[in-house]
Amino acid sequence: MTTVAAKPATMAQALQRAMRDAMAADPTVHVMGEDVGTLGGVFRVTDGLAKEFGDDRCTDTPLAEAGILGAAVGMAMYGLRPVVEMQFDAFAYPAFEQLISHVSRMRNRTRGALPMPIVVRVPYGGGIGGVEHHSDSSEAYYMATPGLHVVTPSTVADAYGLLREAIASDDPVIFLEPKRLYWSKAEWSPDAPAEVEPIGRAVVRRAGSSATLLTYGPSVPVCLEAADAARDEGWDLEVVDIRSLVPFDDETVCASVRRTGRAVVVHESSGFGGPGGEIAARVTERCFHHLEAPVLRVAGFDIPYPPPMLERHHLPGVDRVLDAVARLQWEATS
Amino acid sequence: MTVQELPGATAHPAWKLRTDPAPLLPDPEPYRVLGTDAVDGLDSELLLRLYDALVHGRRYNAQATALTKQGRLAVYPSSTGQEACEIAAALALQEQDWLFPSYRDTLAAVARGLDPVEALTLLRGDWHTGYDPREHRIAPLSTPLATQLPHAVGLAHAARLAGDDVVSLAMVGDGGTSEGDFHEALNFAAVWKAPVVFLVQNNGFAISVPLAKQTAAPSLAHKAVGYGMPGRLVDGNDVAAMHVVLADAVSRARSGGGPTLVEAVTYRMEAHTNADDASRYRGDAEVESWRRHDPILLLERELTGRGLLGEERIQSASKAADTMAAALREQMNAEPLLAPMDLFAQVYATPTPQLRSEAEQLRAELDAEDGR
Repeated sequence: MTTVAAKPATMAQALQRAMRDAMAADPTVHVMGEDVGTLGGVFRVTDGLAKEFGDDRCTDTPLAEAGILGAAVGMAMYGLRPVVEMQFDAFAYPAFEQLISHVSRMRNRTRGALPMPIVVRVPYGGGIGGVEHHSDSSEAYYMATPGLHVVTPSTVADAYGLLREAIASDDPVIFLEPKRLYWSKAEWSPDAPAEVEPIGRAVVRRAGSSATLLTYGPSVPVCLEAADAARDEGWDLEVVDIRSLVPFDDETVCASVRRTGRAVVVHESSGFGGPGGEIAARVTERCFHHLEAPVLRVAGFDIPYPPPMLERHHLPGVDRVLDAVARLQWEATS
Repeated sequence: MTVQELPGATAHPAWKLRTDPAPLLPDPEPYRVLGTDAVDGLDSELLLRLYDALVHGRRYNAQATALTKQGRLAVYPSSTGQEACEIAAALALQEQDWLFPSYRDTLAAVARGLDPVEALTLLRGDWHTGYDPREHRIAPLSTPLATQLPHAVGLAHAARLAGDDVVSLAMVGDGGTSEGDFHEALNFAAVWKAPVVFLVQNNGFAISVPLAKQTAAPSLAHKAVGYGMPGRLVDGNDVAAMHVVLADAVSRARSGGGPTLVEAVTYRMEAHTNADDASRYRGDAEVESWRRHDPILLLERELTGRGLLGEERIQSASKAADTMAAALREQMNAEPLLAPMDLFAQVYATPTPQLRSEAEQLRAELDAEDGR
């Protein structure tokens, strides 16, 4: 067996490589969006694709998100596999009608005659000092729409593996890219990419015994840091990276919570009506007799995403996670 | 003081119009063929075929409307009065082309050859789309307004990239031209030079809102110029004019000339749907004046006057339409076969664990019902 030297690579590079490899392997894969061609995307995630595959395969479109996704629907109807970039989370909202009225339900509406193998790449979340409309976490909207897969990587290897799988999927996938992890690095070799779990599977990133942190995307590194810090307090925390919000991996999540008896859900998006409510309810329905305390949520506040100079007060950080962990010392009488 | 007159202002960089707008502008009057010498240039067999199709289409609309009264259709948005647009749209396309209809365009789909019962599945309510769009190259009837237009662009673009000789014809109403997707689709099509024809059926009302409250544009065809494509204004009740203009636009698209926007000026003789009360927003006199400009009447008068249409042909067209209507009535009187488990069958290529467990729940409920 040959070993390929792994070098430090960023998540953005792994995503670019995933698209490149998918385009090389399958001529029906087309990348499209605003600025994805000559510029290589505002985050350079599509860097070099137009040069290597031509403007017809990596297309700078007019600036119109509904038009981009709507055209992608027609392209998918004709047998292509469009990979659409939405540039920033809040820029995707004009495309919601296409997403909800057509992309998510075309297969169902036509009894499988018109599958929609579309990937919608959405750089999401805060922490990069973006001004208004550049830091939203919109995953709850996507999760609430039947017919979509919703996934989000937290590691360099996962970014590559999940995106390759998303592009290969015959169903539409909302691919949420945690933009503040774009420049996170790991030892990774594009020539011998690590095997990753498929869409629909959660992964235990850190084993522990006293409580489970259920999280995904940009909050995974926060939870791992919190787990390290909690060791000093006598807490041995397990960190589960959910990775795939739809489909949801009840099995891995519940196996962890049954083992530890306590759980905190951590995410950036607003708590009210957010993914944490769904996750906490699922865990409670399935693990009630194993729980030593209520499932808690640590989420962004229920406010429009704040201006960059105040965002650190909004984003769930290590201290807020640790506070929640402390509240897991719950007693029925309290 | 203009920007140019500001102290220190430099001469503006060279700027000129990218396209001469003049050839893109629509004529001020809708294009007409019937009643003009242009009829001489048309094949009389074609005109007779259009006549048969109009009579057939009128009867189809009447039968479908009757089916709503019998509770066999949940709703039917009739295209009575607009049959010339529907027929011309279907007949302008070749077999490999794609039709992108809106919810009012069932007749265009049927005229393209779709089985009437399959075409009515959405409106009966037993499923959303009752046919395989790929097999017939007819996209699902679109209920959201104008959202199917960018699909038509994307499909035509993909086909052109593949080197395939395929044209998309997308249909939308006057109300739909106010939607953002209308704008985005036209812009994409023009920039990509996609082989698409956009057909706007301006029937005067978006449910109850008249055109004057919909747009301030001189005509809907004028909108084309801003995107850099030609706009064509046609009498939508003149089936010969519709055929000529659409055939021309399709052929232009096919030869690489890019998209065209066609506005057909027509009138919806019935209410928006059977659930609507049109008397609240328009008067009998207006409807009556359009009745005198009926598409079948116009063609019949022309063909009779020219000695091309006799009583025998009129009777045979009517009889064929009766036969179709009777068959449709009979087929629609049969209860559709519903398969509740289909609810879960095609949400995803592979059902999620969540859906599998919900499917088990429904299965158990159905078994319990059967056991009773």
